[in-house]
Amino acid sequence: MPINYFLILSAFLFCTGAYGVLARRNSVLVLMSIELMLNAVNLNLVAFSTQVHNVSGQIFALFVITIAAAEVGIGLAIVLLIFRNLRSPDLDQVEQLKG
Amino acid sequence: MLDLVWLFPVIPAVSFLIILFFGKRLPKKGAEVGILAVGALFLMACVVAAQWIDRVENAGHGSEKGLAALGHSVVAAAEGHEGGGEVQPIVHGFTWWQNGNAKFVVGARVDGLVVMMLLVVTIISLLVHIYSTAYMHDDRRYTYYYAALSLFTASMLLLVVSANLLQLLVGWELVGVCSFMLIGHWWEEQANSNAALKAFLTTRTGDVGLMIGVIICFFAANSFDIAKVNAYALSPGADHSLMMWASIALMFGIMGKSGQFFLHTWLPDAMAGPTPVSALIHAATMVVAGVYLGARVYPVFFNGFSIGTSTVNMMAIVGGVTILIGAALAFVQQDIKKVLAYSTISQLGYMVMALGVGAWSAALFHLFTHAFFKACLFLGAGSISHSATHHSFDMREMGGLRKKMPITFWTFMIATLALAGIFPFAGFWSKDEILATAGQGRYDIFVVVGLVGAVMTAAYMTRCVYLTFFGKYRGHHHPHESSPAITVPLIILAVLSLLAGLLQAVPFNIKKFETWLEPVGGLPNLVHPTFDYRLATISVALASMAIGAMSFFLFRREESGAFQGLTERSKLAGAGYRFLEKKYYLDDLYEGVIVSAVKGPIARASYWFNQTVIDGVVNGAGRGATRLGRWTYDVFDQELVDGAVNDIGRETAMAGGGMTKLQSGRLQRYALLLLASVGVIGLAIYIVNIA
Repeated sequence: MPINYFLILSAFLFCTGAYGVLARRNSVLVLMSIELMLNAVNLNLVAFSTQVHNVSGQIFALFVITIAAAEVGIGLAIVLLIFRNLRSPDLDQVEQLKG
Repeated sequence: MLDLVWLFPVIPAVSFLIILFFGKRLPKKGAEVGILAVGALFLMACVVAAQWIDRVENAGHGSEKGLAALGHSVVAAAEGHEGGGEVQPIVHGFTWWQNGNAKFVVGARVDGLVVMMLLVVTIISLLVHIYSTAYMHDDRRYTYYYAALSLFTASMLLLVVSANLLQLLVGWELVGVCSFMLIGHWWEEQANSNAALKAFLTTRTGDVGLMIGVIICFFAANSFDIAKVNAYALSPGADHSLMMWASIALMFGIMGKSGQFFLHTWLPDAMAGPTPVSALIHAATMVVAGVYLGARVYPVFFNGFSIGTSTVNMMAIVGGVTILIGAALAFVQQDIKKVLAYSTISQLGYMVMALGVGAWSAALFHLFTHAFFKACLFLGAGSISHSATHHSFDMREMGGLRKKMPITFWTFMIATLALAGIFPFAGFWSKDEILATAGQGRYDIFVVVGLVGAVMTAAYMTRCVYLTFFGKYRGHHHPHESSPAITVPLIILAVLSLLAGLLQAVPFNIKKFETWLEPVGGLPNLVHPTFDYRLATISVALASMAIGAMSFFLFRREESGAFQGLTERSKLAGAGYRFLEKKYYLDDLYEGVIVSAVKGPIARASYWFNQTVIDGVVNGAGRGATRLGRWTYDVFDQELVDGAVNDIGRETAMAGGGMTKLQSGRLQRYALLLLASVGVIGLAIYIVNIA
């Protein structure tokens, strides 16, 4: 199977994720979009890893998955606190740090 | 058992953790864990000592000559040749980390010196643990207190068994921290927490020197290993001036930790801590860490200060001065613990002076005996404050306690006689050994210093005992004898103060202490004096006369009713008294003069200098310069510089104003910027790589 298929799928996933991060207002959806971007990267890593017969790419992907899990934990905690303080999951309302 | 010495710091460290986390839930609030741990340590120390003695005796069995020549074939032994009958230390360790050439080993070492210290630390720590169950009975931080005691014991044992200087340094700092925690145990009072800070910071001042010394030793011997450092210092190729600087630097560490002049000021203040702590940390174990360090790397000092060949050196002078100033200060204290603290300073001076005059084993023998009688005195003082004066240590509130507290009185008396160096108590043997060794070398002046110190010691202890136990009771409470948890440790320590000296009774040809102590694998040629009857007689006679004269003076003063005495009648004595009462103005020097000099006189002096000298020059030059200045001002300053500065300012402000728009506080704007910049950077890299 040519590697291009994987790369195109991965690019599509990444762009979807990036769009979600930039355009969605709901913070939970933003978090989910970040996961999409991370998984696009994972897909790339694994695809290249099989291409060049080197397992370090797959190991990297495992690391990314682990760290993504931790990141979701912290991210959801932050979202929860935002919701508790502002009574809305809307990211547009979080602008207290305006310069 | 000799291979398991690394367990010594581990057991109390585990007990520390158990007390800290579960102490409050235990039936005795954690005390039982601490006592159990230290009790086990004491038994282990006894086993270790027995095995060590067995090892030394058997090694010497083959060739009596080997023991007699102990220390003479040191260089050969240090290089790894097993000399005939030479007992080598046992070292176990593992490499902690390695960086290029430098290897850092953590491990434990057993030799005569370590075995002696293990015994001292575990005995005193065990007795203090037991004593504290009564003394600290309803303290609000009882559990925390026991946890800190365990941690202290662990750190002290870590320091003692360490086979390299780096590990020793870690233990050294840890005991400092524990000392800080325990001095400030009752931190609610400002004075106590100040005392804790002062103790910590003053010893830290000395530790800077220690650290420099350790670093010099490392670069000299290319290793932190104590055996290697010692072997280097003893080898003929050792760099003498390097060793001298190392000795001077290490000396500062000793002065800080062991309360030597001029870094001794923290030790009397450290009496703010609970009394058992003073007995354990500030009399018997932690403060002798400096002496221990001196003995541990003795070849460095031996080489650096030319102890074998010189007639005077820094170590002996510091020790000698400390003996006299400590003893003199003990005369004017009203607080019984302060008397004992200054006495400790003075006795530590003996040990350091002994190291300085080449009396290595005598110094450690004095450390050994001093631990017992000084701990006994401190615990006795604690017993008085616990049961007679309601937590006061002021001797003006004591008096006449002899009949009310017989056990405390008799144990205190035995320890006092041992401290004064009266035959046949422990202090006599050790002090006399120091004086005899000094007399056999070229250090005659230090014999005189030692004798004067002995007289002063006898006199101030007589004053202390008189004010505490004789005369009439001057307090307002109901004195009674303390409970067994307090009196039993006192009795044990009194027995030890009575008998410990017999381990090294030279005139009876008993030299057990020396024989067992000295196999440490690497010592210079030591002087072993024959017993000097003349010197011993003189020192005991002088001390007895001091006791007699002081008692006569005190009792007569009571009869005549003239409590206000010499200091009121004689101007000179009054001035001397005030000089001592102010502790030679050293605290004033440190806090008042050095700190405020920078703020006060020096600032004023520089102001005056500024006003008269510099201003004169400046005014002259100024008038000439004014005209030049006027022109410069108009043309150069106003036009060129101001213009440039104002423009820069304006531009910066505008740029800043523009940038604030970027900081919108909105997460998604930031994300967009981030993504856009990644895109730009990616594009740039792409272009660069293609082009």
